[in-house]
Amino acid sequence: MTWVLRTLSTSIGKKQLMAVTGLLFLLFLATHLLGNMSIYGGGPAFVAYAEHLHALGKLLVAAEVLMALALIIHVLTAVVLFFENRAARPVKYAVDKSGGGRTFSSQTMPYTGLLVLGFICVHLATFSHHIVDQTTRNIFQIAVAVFSQPVYLVIYLVSMIILGFHVRHGLWSAFQTVGANHPKYMPFIEKLSIVFAVIVAIGFGSLPLIILAMR
Amino acid sequence: MSSKSINLTLKVWRQQGPKAPGRLETYKAENISTDASFLEMLDIVNERLTLEGKEPIAFDHDCREGICGMCGSVVNGRPHGPQKETTLCQLHMRHFQDGDTVYIEPFRARALPVVKDLVVDRSALDQIIAAGGFISVNTGQAPEANSLPVPKDKADLAMDAAACIGCGACIAACPNAAAMLFTSAKISQLALLPHGRPEAAKRALAMLAQMDAAGFGNCTNHKECEMECPKGISISNIARLNREFLKAALASAEEIPAATKKE
Ligand code: FES
Repeated sequence: MTWVLRTLSTSIGKKQLMAVTGLLFLLFLATHLLGNMSIYGGGPAFVAYAEHLHALGKLLVAAEVLMALALIIHVLTAVVLFFENRAARPVKYAVDKSGGGRTFSSQTMPYTGLLVLGFICVHLATFSHHIVDQTTRNIFQIAVAVFSQPVYLVIYLVSMIILGFHVRHGLWSAFQTVGANHPKYMPFIEKLSIVFAVIVAIGFGSLPLIILAMR
Repeated sequence: MSSKSINLTLKVWRQQGPKAPGRLETYKAENISTDASFLEMLDIVNERLTLEGKEPIAFDHDCREGICGMCGSVVNGRPHGPQKETTLCQLHMRHFQDGDTVYIEPFRARALPVVKDLVVDRSALDQIIAAGGFISVNTGQAPEANSLPVPKDKADLAMDAAACIGCGACIAACPNAAAMLFTSAKISQLALLPHGRPEAAKRALAMLAQMDAAGFGNCTNHKECEMECPKGISISNIARLNREFLKAALASAEEIPAATKKE
């Protein structure tokens, strides 16, 4: 099994870890958003969705464990890459201009990533059924209580914009890293990156507002 | 085209040796013909410095026609200067305005240490090629040319990758100082051709291990390399390198070799 570790510890191996876990998160974001869209069917539909989700039992636990593992791998690998990449250029340029490749998103990945991690902690602390008691209040009531506090509302809205920027570089980047750069599909994937980033930012960002409007 | 003369202020990185501290020094480049190349402009400045009894600015060059890959500095924050798909030796002073201040710095990466002033040691790139950037052929009669058919589209892609002159601009441009574009070009030019397939797995593993050992950064898909490459090498080569490496690491019996670590 040493060959597995050796493979994963190469530069391309680390990129694969980032890409594969990143793709998992993108898949998660898509399903999470799709599920949360039930709010547009009204408070009861939202509560029913949450109950269906919890009724999955062991399957849900398995998904949670998978996500937690992916998160640990994604974050730890990111930390290693961040410091390795900084060390690779000990003397900085006096003048550093872009040739037109890097984007705001690509340059801020470590920082948007860190902020998203912070958001995940806040999100779990305010909503997770492992932390917040959901027996006396249903998920809709919990959401109303959270978003009625301006601090949380702002944290949620700003975080979704930050997440959008992270997704904008992450999506196409993951495809490129797993080697899926194809002359026919890459232009589409690059556009999808931007479209999905906007969907994530607006889709999730609209949730607190619609919940507050419904209360 | 009418030629005129311009005056520039240069801020040039001067560094006595690999261990010495370096700093930007200011020089005047006066009466420079806009028909002069960037390197000729440096020649003119150096002549004056020599006459003044000062040490001329050390910079690398050889062919001065954009094919050898020896030249290259970072000009105003851009490797090989502002002109797309142009080496520094092919950049002309007509792209600068009278009175401009021009910053000239060496390619900066831990794996490409400064030898002197603007000259960097690119032997890390040679070592990556030596690790596997070749095919093994027996000597003797040349085989019949048509016995290995090569599809035209594959030949074209291989030629595009083979256009890499190994200058190192991709590394200089990369915010992470990664050498993925270089390595991917050197792997692609062989991986795309039937002649390169027998050793493809071994080559991908060995060249990547050597690249990693040299202390380059990791690619995070900024695309700066493709933008600054004087030969317009595409990052689709990097995706191919990723595929070649994964295939070799996961599906072949080859092991990732230990690299010869550079001192
Ligand atoms: S001197 Fe040969 S490429 Fe510029």
